[in-house]
Amino acid sequence: MKALVCVKRVIDYNVKPRVKADGTGVDLANVKMSMNPFDEIAVEEAIRCKEKGVVTEIVAVSVGPQKAQETLRTALAMGADRAILVQTDDEVEPLAVAKIVKGIADEEQPGLIITGKQAIDDDSNQVGQMVAALLGRPQGTFANEVAVEGDAVVVKREVDGGLETVKLALPAVVTTDLRLNEPRYASLPNIMKAKSKPLSVKTPADYGVDTAPRLKTLKVGEPPVRVAGIKVADVDALVAKLKELGVA
Amino acid sequence: MTKVLVWVEHDNATVKDATLAVVTAAAQLGEVTALVAGSACDAAAAAAAQIEGVARVLKADDASLANALAENVAPLVASLMADYDAFLAPATTTGKNVAPRVAALLDVMQVSDILSVEGPKTFTRPIYAGNAIATVESADAKLVITVRGTAFAKANVTGGSASVEAVGGAADAGTSTFVGSEIAKSERPELTAAKIIVSGGRALKDAETFAATITPLADKLGAAIGASRAAVDAGYVPNDYQVGQTGKIVAPEVYIAVGISGAIQHLAGMKDSKTIIAINKDEDAPIFQVADLGLVGDLFTIVPELVGKLV
Repeated sequence: MKALVCVKRVIDYNVKPRVKADGTGVDLANVKMSMNPFDEIAVEEAIRCKEKGVVTEIVAVSVGPQKAQETLRTALAMGADRAILVQTDDEVEPLAVAKIVKGIADEEQPGLIITGKQAIDDDSNQVGQMVAALLGRPQGTFANEVAVEGDAVVVKREVDGGLETVKLALPAVVTTDLRLNEPRYASLPNIMKAKSKPLSVKTPADYGVDTAPRLKTLKVGEPPVRVAGIKVADVDALVAKLKELGVA
Repeated sequence: MTKVLVWVEHDNATVKDATLAVVTAAAQLGEVTALVAGSACDAAAAAAAQIEGVARVLKADDASLANALAENVAPLVASLMADYDAFLAPATTTGKNVAPRVAALLDVMQVSDILSVEGPKTFTRPIYAGNAIATVESADAKLVITVRGTAFAKANVTGGSASVEAVGGAADAGTSTFVGSEIAKSERPELTAAKIIVSGGRALKDAETFAATITPLADKLGAAIGASRAAVDAGYVPNDYQVGQTGKIVAPEVYIAVGISGAIQHLAGMKDSKTIIAINKDEDAPIFQVADLGLVGDLFTIVPELVGKLV
């Protein structure tokens, strides 16, 4: 079966984002961008499924600007077979991304769609669930373990308080949690090879999707700043403070 | 008046705390109806009816709803939404699993993890791991929202006297089955509800050292135990201990960070704590920039000494 993997180009997770002074957003000019960490895990999982022989082809998909091609090339270098960039300079909300992915899934008919559980820029945690809803497919969110068994996929999910296991009829949608796997690095020869792998460029209109935002961002501000604290000299001073706080 | 449907998180017997904050948020929007969907969930529905601010309880009782599988729950919620203007769920793993599926079925954008209600369709929410706060206004006809539990006061569990009405329409989508769960048993307060949290990081070395160092302090303070991602990844504690952008978001009265450097992903999960106390040997660790009280030194001497001096 075919696997579809959704990847997003986001601000690198090590960069501390700066809010623009005019309150219109976060400053992304000249900031290092990378593949969303959860999506790396999604790509890795698709590759492992292929290595186990349950997946035959991996198609990586990204919705974003022309530069998102770099993110797709990274996925190709890791081991994806081909890529589709749905190019737009607009910021596309999860609902519109999900509709685009549905359009691609209708064409490609993947058995498994794997996305990260959330993107570290908008922190929405929606796309995978929305794709599953639009396709009428089951969802295995926050996956900690994925095992394809015949015409079903067994997903161990990270939930509050522990783990939960569900069995989903294929085709299904899986979203990855942090501990699902350790993504591999792309080797130099594979990075070179990835340059010649097929990458097709589409637009949201090709899938009949209107990307006009449903949520209007009125303002983006800094979070409240904590008042600078003090350092205490020793444990006795700490105990005294804890007593003041009424916790000891 | 705006009619709000609130997803009640429960175990078929009792209502989970996360729901109480959602009721508070929902009451700021309009009249609150609580939806208790489950199997043999009479007790949970009765408990929901007691919550102050809940005007009505809808009880959907069906075997297919027993484990809150999104495939079965979302169509039910979407059909009920014909009579409601907004659907609110807690931003817990259950809420995050179900709500976006409901939103897509209704063809609306979800507003995730709201921190405040600024107007009938205007909300604030954190983005970029809490490094920025966005104020967003929805243009959709119906609202689907998940609520950050630590950002709203909890509604009183008594004082309400809502009527309970049974609703039908539940069906098994037949695409997913619940196999089982491994829920960590703990005598401690639940992490997201605890007043005091003692949290350990990579510096705790290994699982045995983590337990031997952090547990006595947590016991003395009656605290929940948390951990940084580094400590979880290294296998010191199970992953449901993780505090941070990708783990749990907590805001206790006192958060004690032991051997945690304070990466932005960790701070995203705890920087709304009332008092933050940091114990770290590196005086330049970023955790000290948010800590109200800091003690620089070796945690392996400080923590046992602290335990000894607490009565």
